[in-house]
Amino acid sequence: MQGFPFQPEQASTIARSVDYLYFFITAVTLFFTGIIFATIFYFMIRYRRRSPDEKPKAIEGSLPLEIMWTAIPTLIVALIFVWGSTLYFRNAEPPRGSMEIFVTGKQWMWKIEHPEGQREINELHVPVGRPVKLTMTSEDVIHDFFVPAFRVKKDVNPGRYTSLWFQPTKVGTFHLFCAQYCGAFHAGMIGSVIVMEPDEYERWLSGGVAGESMEAAGEKLFQANGCITCHLADGKGPAPSLLGVYGQPVHLTDGQTVTADDAYVRESILLPRAKIVAGYTPIMPSYQGQLTEEQIGNLIAYIRLLGKVQAKPQEEGKQ
Amino acid sequence: MSTATLEPRVHAPRNYLNADYGWKSWLFTLDHKRIALLYMVSVTFFFIIGGSFAVLMRIHLVEPQGALVQPETYNKLFTMHGIVMIFFFLIPSIPAVLGNFLVPLMVGARDLAFPKLNLLSWYIYLVGGMFTLYAGLAGGVDTGWTFYTPYSSTYSNTQVTAVAIGVFITGFSSILTGLNFIVTIHKMRAPGLTWFRMPLFLWAMYATSIIMVLGTPVLAITIFLLALEHLFHVGIFSPALGGDPLLFQHLFWFYSHPAVYIMILPAMGVVSEIIACFARKRIFGYKIVAFSSVAIAVLGFLVWGHHMFVTGQSIYEGLIFSLLSFLVAIPSAIKVFNWTSTLYKGSISYDAPMLYALGFIGLFTMGGLTGLFLASLATDVHLNGTYFIVAHFHYIMVGGAVMGYLGGIHFWWPKISGRKYPNGWAALAAAIIFVGFNLTFFPQFLLGYLGMPRRYAFYPAEFQVLNVMSSAGATVLGVGYLIPLIYLMWSMRYGPVAESNPWGATGLEWKTPSPPPTENFPEIPVVTEEAYAYAEEEAPLD
Amino acid sequence: MTDAPAQLEHAGHSGHGDHAHQFENMEQQMEADSLGIWLFLVTEIMFFGGVFAAYAIYRWLYFAAFEGGSRILDIRLGAANTVVLLGSSLTMALSVRSAQTGNRKALVWLLIATMILGGAFLGVKAYEYNQKFVEHVVPSLDWAPEGAALAHLAPGGLDHAQLYFFFYFAMTGLHAIHMIIGMGLLLWLVLGARKGKFTPHYFAPVEVVGLYWHFVDIVWIFLFPLLYLIGGRY
Repeated sequence: MQGFPFQPEQASTIARSVDYLYFFITAVTLFFTGIIFATIFYFMIRYRRRSPDEKPKAIEGSLPLEIMWTAIPTLIVALIFVWGSTLYFRNAEPPRGSMEIFVTGKQWMWKIEHPEGQREINELHVPVGRPVKLTMTSEDVIHDFFVPAFRVKKDVNPGRYTSLWFQPTKVGTFHLFCAQYCGAFHAGMIGSVIVMEPDEYERWLSGGVAGESMEAAGEKLFQANGCITCHLADGKGPAPSLLGVYGQPVHLTDGQTVTADDAYVRESILLPRAKIVAGYTPIMPSYQGQLTEEQIGNLIAYIRLLGKVQAKPQEEGKQ
Repeated sequence: MSTATLEPRVHAPRNYLNADYGWKSWLFTLDHKRIALLYMVSVTFFFIIGGSFAVLMRIHLVEPQGALVQPETYNKLFTMHGIVMIFFFLIPSIPAVLGNFLVPLMVGARDLAFPKLNLLSWYIYLVGGMFTLYAGLAGGVDTGWTFYTPYSSTYSNTQVTAVAIGVFITGFSSILTGLNFIVTIHKMRAPGLTWFRMPLFLWAMYATSIIMVLGTPVLAITIFLLALEHLFHVGIFSPALGGDPLLFQHLFWFYSHPAVYIMILPAMGVVSEIIACFARKRIFGYKIVAFSSVAIAVLGFLVWGHHMFVTGQSIYEGLIFSLLSFLVAIPSAIKVFNWTSTLYKGSISYDAPMLYALGFIGLFTMGGLTGLFLASLATDVHLNGTYFIVAHFHYIMVGGAVMGYLGGIHFWWPKISGRKYPNGWAALAAAIIFVGFNLTFFPQFLLGYLGMPRRYAFYPAEFQVLNVMSSAGATVLGVGYLIPLIYLMWSMRYGPVAESNPWGATGLEWKTPSPPPTENFPEIPVVTEEAYAYAEEEAPLD
Repeated sequence: MTDAPAQLEHAGHSGHGDHAHQFENMEQQMEADSLGIWLFLVTEIMFFGGVFAAYAIYRWLYFAAFEGGSRILDIRLGAANTVVLLGSSLTMALSVRSAQTGNRKALVWLLIATMILGGAFLGVKAYEYNQKFVEHVVPSLDWAPEGAALAHLAPGGLDHAQLYFFFYFAMTGLHAIHMIIGMGLLLWLVLGARKGKFTPHYFAPVEVVGLYWHFVDIVWIFLFPLLYLIGGRY
């Protein structure tokens, strides 16, 4: 069939390599299906019963054959395993300098927030040729962010963050699907990823309703919710300063050391007693139920910003 | 082989069917053969219900906007289709129908170890079915058969509790059947029937029973906790209250992956019997095939995480489950090669059971190989949650398990009913099913790679052509399934009378009359030959 | 327990000759019964195993809340119940012995003793459940914990404490259901024993119920430390 599509467009840096693996496995499938079908067909005809009291000799088996047809498939699946795992591992971590975009899924729409403050519903504008990292969470049930043209997919869970990244290689509009059944309008939870030339993207960013950046919104929340009262920048308050904290190891009262990543910050806001920084007491109140996922995302963006600032020298007696 | 008599039998010899009359003799029977028939009627009933849901779904999907029902109804249709087909058709089918009938006969016993538990298991199955049917009539369930939380525990306002109770109860039917088979095979083999003289169907039943016994209880506790959460909103699986929805997925798939081996291993056992008989040859590599069944059962418990590659789990977790998932493919591949080799220098006839068995091998091979795409991490990312998955499991469960079930029904029908069916119609039905099946499900592989997600009540127009192809195929498939229903029922009254061993097969079940007497054997047989002793001189019938 | 296929029945071999028709002799029947009940217990292990696994995970995640919840339970009642149940296993084992030796009177009285002890266990459990209502620590139905017991967990950890009590009720509830079923089986045994149904040649039902009862006991041996002892006075 002329032009019949067997695969979606290849619109990301990994699409072609995923397709190559896919075609290889297809070839393996066709090959083995072919030889089994052909062999059976041949035997069916060659050894058809020619007289009613034919009595074929019993053949017990053949160890060499068993070994061969165990070893060869094992080698082939080992190859596929290594190939698939390598690709997967290579694609697991987003490159440095990825644009960070915050996604909230909810029944039945995608809410997207750009770091500069642009908000979109069911559409994600990105520039071509730059890696984009999505940090995602759900407000209700499990969803899944799926862009076939990029060959990426990740579940979007309530109560925690998942992330995926991609780098678009083509300008265009591509399907965005929810790929984890989430209720009545699961099929309607679709949208588009719109990839633009970089200058067009800049124009899109600055035009339209911009609102404030995630970091600015986060800073406002940090003050409005009283965080600044305890988390003084100079560390003299009852709570640790947040300068230079994000992304670094944190020592806890129970002796553990954890990394201050998105999940840690989110947990600290919602379940402050879960992990207490060494040298501090558990007095932080919980903000469970008082902040939306987007507000938490904005706070994280702000705390990430603070993380880039050098921590001021600590007073004696603390830490 | 004796020729069938032409005049209708007035005084049929006493057998398990005419030993007693009246509904009480059936509903209170302890005879494993009658219980098998009770199950046959019930699973056929549920197959028709589940199949009807499928028909409605495929009609609906002919149009991108949905041709038949509201999205909420469509969601209930695919959920109920999955629940009914998996729990009330596929899992019981071969074990409870063919296994119940044949296991005592094949081991040379008069019945299973625990006939009362056997009858109880049928009643438990019915009660579970009633709860589920009630749930369907009272509005249905729309969570998907996988019941993922927190949608099923907190957000869905459909009959989750009723269905959970139904599935919970039915699980015990599975457990009791498996328990019965294991004890029977261990303790009641006839003198001389050593493990490696058993027909491979028994090995398959044994391996299946291990999974039933070890896996089903985990589903039971998972469903129990889910029902509690749905009723009391406590939050074991719901993040709002500190719970973890991924815990549900781990617990659920810990059973539900081995469950698919409950569905396929028995069909593989049937195929071994049919191939041996209609190639008139011992299965090539008998011991290897026997061990492969057990290996599949064991490895099957170790791969559940491959359903969760895109949940955000650790990539190392993904690595381990991916490796194990590839390994579990190997024993299945070995079996396919051994079955094929059995045909070499055999004496092959094309009776209907053989056509089903060969159809199984072809479709199972395709379905199994498509599992490679899903075991491989990088491709699974793209394919998970799409129609590729739907196609993959239908190839194995319908192209594989259902074909195996039908093949077994056709193979042992003369033994079960004492009648023969018209081979021409049976062969035609097999061909129609094979063609219809491929037309229905092959396009779904393409749909999946193109990106169409599963469980969509409406879809972008670019996917319509493939959807229409699939629905057209479903019509053919549906016709194919109706045909055996008709001629098998016809044969019960008008089919030629069957002799004890119409196919010239080996195995203790063929040494009894067709149908067998209630006590199976006048005297417990003594086994002196290996399984599939086709090359030996045939022992004179007792 | 041999796996060998049954031997051909010899005339007069099985003494009583009262084995079920599907078996060749009494020995085969008893071996089958034994394997059957052990297999069934394996399924019960898998069943309870699921909820134990879930409990273990959440306890690891929310240790403070689980510890706090555990402190609310009454260790003395839990310990008493453990002794009661162990005692009932003793009487049960002795009753199997009585059946084996043909001591009908002892069999009946020991079975009754087992039932009494089982009933005592359930009685204490019922009292404990009632206490939970009094203290308002019943998840979803009556959750309003007062006093100092869980105050230190507020606000985020209280939900996790509710999770602890959910597990408490789910696990001990499942266990209690198994006990009640066991009581029913014991009653059936008592009625049969009084009629002289069990003899040294045929006492499989007593043995089978005995194994079941011991298993239910063992589940409690795990439940008691996991639920009651983690919030100890250490």
